Amino acid sequence: MEEASKVSRYLYTLIVLFLIWLALTASLDPQELTFGFILSAIVAAITYPIFTTRGLANLHPKRIAYAIVYVPYFLWAMIMANLDVAYRVLHPKRPIRPGIVHCKTVLKTNPGKLALANSITLTPGTITLDVDCDNYFIHWIWVPDEALTEKEEEHVKAASEKITAPFEKFLKVIFE
Amino acid sequence: MNALTALGEALVLIGTFFYFLSALGLIRMPDVYNRMQTSTKSATLGSLGVIVGVGIWALGEDFGSVAWLTKTIVIAVFLLLTNPISAHALIRAAYRSGIPLWEGSVMDKYREHIEAKAKGEEGETPKEGGGE
Repeated sequence: MEEASKVSRYLYTLIVLFLIWLALTASLDPQELTFGFILSAIVAAITYPIFTTRGLANLHPKRIAYAIVYVPYFLWAMIMANLDVAYRVLHPKRPIRPGIVHCKTVLKTNPGKLALANSITLTPGTITLDVDCDNYFIHWIWVPDEALTEKEEEHVKAASEKITAPFEKFLKVIFE
Repeated sequence: MNALTALGEALVLIGTFFYFLSALGLIRMPDVYNRMQTSTKSATLGSLGVIVGVGIWALGEDFGSVAWLTKTIVIAVFLLLTNPISAHALIRAAYRSGIPLWEGSVMDKYREHIEAKAKGEEGETPKEGGGE
């Protein structure tokens, strides 16, 4: 993925920082807005090289629309995860069958991989242990039967379908 | 007492319930990996419920303003982004320092991967990197 121009990256950082300032002050007073803009400009000038590599391309309408749809989808998955945890903790027999499984992802960019790892950690019964290129190692609290095969390829396919595939269809549009 | 106050109070109550589950999970689970599973998930959603709940609660009170809600939402988003990363760092550090899995665990593909990689590095240097 080629890098965007410096101006575009700088503007993107400025926009994000200014939005955070707006939410934190929650005031539309012109003095607040001016000072916030100046501070955002200074901080953006220092931090834009590490903040983003794609600049304003992140604000493509399709990406924003997918990101907005992704939020309720993700929150729903998270609520299901917590009900799942509640069931496992409160059940007298403590039904767990843990194991570390191996998944592959189709995402290429680093922010995309980070978002996928975060999403995996907060969804039912899985937590990311390590990411190495496109290999994800995931601690699963209940390894299902279809992932228990000896064959490596079948195992990776079954695990990936269960864990990474539901998020990839969103994250692929948002981050690539 | 109006609808917003009631909604905020309900969210705070749900949040504290998940905090309780998180603490209970720490006691009931057998090893560090399963404890991380229960504690990170429940603590994150519990905090989210309590924090956003307070924001909505303040909207319905006399002293409240929109400033409460926007600030609490920013805090909730920061928490949502940073909590899983800390969980990942902790669990990876636990694995790297040699803490064994629970005896009931069914598989450990990560061990195989590390061993295969160590073997590959003796012969030839594998290609590093990926990503952007």
